[in-house]
Amino acid sequence: MDITRFTSKKFLIPGIISLVILIALVILPVYGSLYMVILITAILMYVIITVSWTMFSGPTGYMSLASAAFFGIGVYASAILLPTTGGKLPLLVVVVLGGVISSILALLIGALTLRLKGIYFAIFTFGLLELIKQVLLWWENTVTGTRGRYVMLVDNDVIFYVMLAIFVVLMLTAYFIRHSKYGLALQSIGENEEAAAHRGINVTMVKVVTFAISAFFMGATGAIIATRWTYIDPYIAFNGLFSFLPVLMAVFGGIGQLYGPVIGATIFAYLEEILLTKFPYFYMLIFGLVLILAILYLPNGIVGLVPRLVRRLRKGGSTEQHAST
Amino acid sequence: MRVLEGEKVTKYFGGLAAVSNVDFHVDQGEIFGLIGPNGAGKTTLFNLVSAALVLKSGAIKFKGERISGLKPYQICRKGVARTFQSVKIFGNIPVRENILLGALFGTPTTMSAPNAANQAAELLDFVGLSQMSALPARELTLVNQKRLEVATALATKPELLLLDELMAGLTPTETAEAMEMVTRIRDRGVAIFMIEHVMKAIMGVCGRIMVLHHGEKIAEGTPQEISTSKKVVEVYLGE
Repeated sequence: MDITRFTSKKFLIPGIISLVILIALVILPVYGSLYMVILITAILMYVIITVSWTMFSGPTGYMSLASAAFFGIGVYASAILLPTTGGKLPLLVVVVLGGVISSILALLIGALTLRLKGIYFAIFTFGLLELIKQVLLWWENTVTGTRGRYVMLVDNDVIFYVMLAIFVVLMLTAYFIRHSKYGLALQSIGENEEAAAHRGINVTMVKVVTFAISAFFMGATGAIIATRWTYIDPYIAFNGLFSFLPVLMAVFGGIGQLYGPVIGATIFAYLEEILLTKFPYFYMLIFGLVLILAILYLPNGIVGLVPRLVRRLRKGGSTEQHAST
Repeated sequence: MRVLEGEKVTKYFGGLAAVSNVDFHVDQGEIFGLIGPNGAGKTTLFNLVSAALVLKSGAIKFKGERISGLKPYQICRKGVARTFQSVKIFGNIPVRENILLGALFGTPTTMSAPNAANQAAELLDFVGLSQMSALPARELTLVNQKRLEVATALATKPELLLLDELMAGLTPTETAEAMEMVTRIRDRGVAIFMIEHVMKAIMGVCGRIMVLHHGEKIAEGTPQEISTSKKVVEVYLGE
């Protein structure tokens, strides 16, 4: 809220780190292999879905399992609206539209269901995913008579840059929400919704709008990744894993910090890639073990280790100082 | 002038009339007390005023304007703030930000961030929590949590403050301090409507008192009149 906070040392180091990472990403297609570009695109996709999920569910404590639905709508928007299947819209417009359609759905769903608390909300949102999937299947079986669609091919570098752009806009949005009064309002809703309402916060509005913003990014990501998948059907587009993975990745990384979900999703996605290629038969098993260990021993996620480490280092430092005096 | 006015306020829970045909008003600059045995409908009445519950019939007016039917956040922004019987603060949010929330969202006209920060600082000082402003609210003692809740309510710049059992669970010294705080709030120009079980406290600070019993108003008057009313004594001590 005041300028000094942005120029203080506390923001200098993370700022420089983010900038270096961003520059490294922007020039990646120049020095990286095609495999690298595709891998990082996939990682960015997971990061975007996870950060978007955390943006709403993190502070409010409303556990949404609708991520896959919003993501899938983006995927289908892309399949229907891009040139190969009869549409004539430019790629960027389609990506934005994918996001917009998802967020409109989120507005409707949010207005209807955000009064549901706890497990009911989680179940409803997951039910929504199944509902959309089944309706689409029925539609394809009875109305169009075809199962699945082909999506226009797009250059891998283009997909990468669009994904990167979504990621940057998302991080900026998440940062500003977090550090604005709305971030504070979201947190207060998570702590005590009733008290928040009696302190003048329009809780319904704050919740629904944030839900829609988070759905926008999921939809946009779905729209661009569809062009990389080239063929999609309801099972691929509305895969329940995309509802659970963001939750796991966010918890794994740590929900308390903005960079927690980023780190969680990055490690997770990379791990998945490595395990899938090196241990195709045991990958789910190892994956599960890592998760269980993380939940048992890292209650604040991986980033929760940072303050612990810092404290230990400081402690070490201060005892040294003490010894020398 | 009347800040708050209730006409035939009625609320049923199932077949039970929790509050039934209660008329009341709070004048500007006064401290109005509400007492009654457990289950008399005191908190229900507060919930009706602050819109946590919806009226069955009757009307509630704030400065002559009907507010029944509005949402809790709208009532707050009109200028009616409340506290809760069991303290409701945001435990993991720092003390200062708790107050800031009220100033940023609950005031009748939108407040700029620097103004809200000043307001928070002033209120921290007013309730004596300046030293603890950076602590997460859950780390405060009960009495300080109650002070914080009052400060967050005041941050919304209310003209009327509803206090639900502010003194419950406090030591005698803390109760005396809370009474003094209540009069200081009144002196800031905020009318107060308070539920209290601690008789000494309510008799000491209130100008007028209303007594509820089984959802009905059985008496209203000065502390003197209330303490000598035969009906009130019967309700409290049995016939």
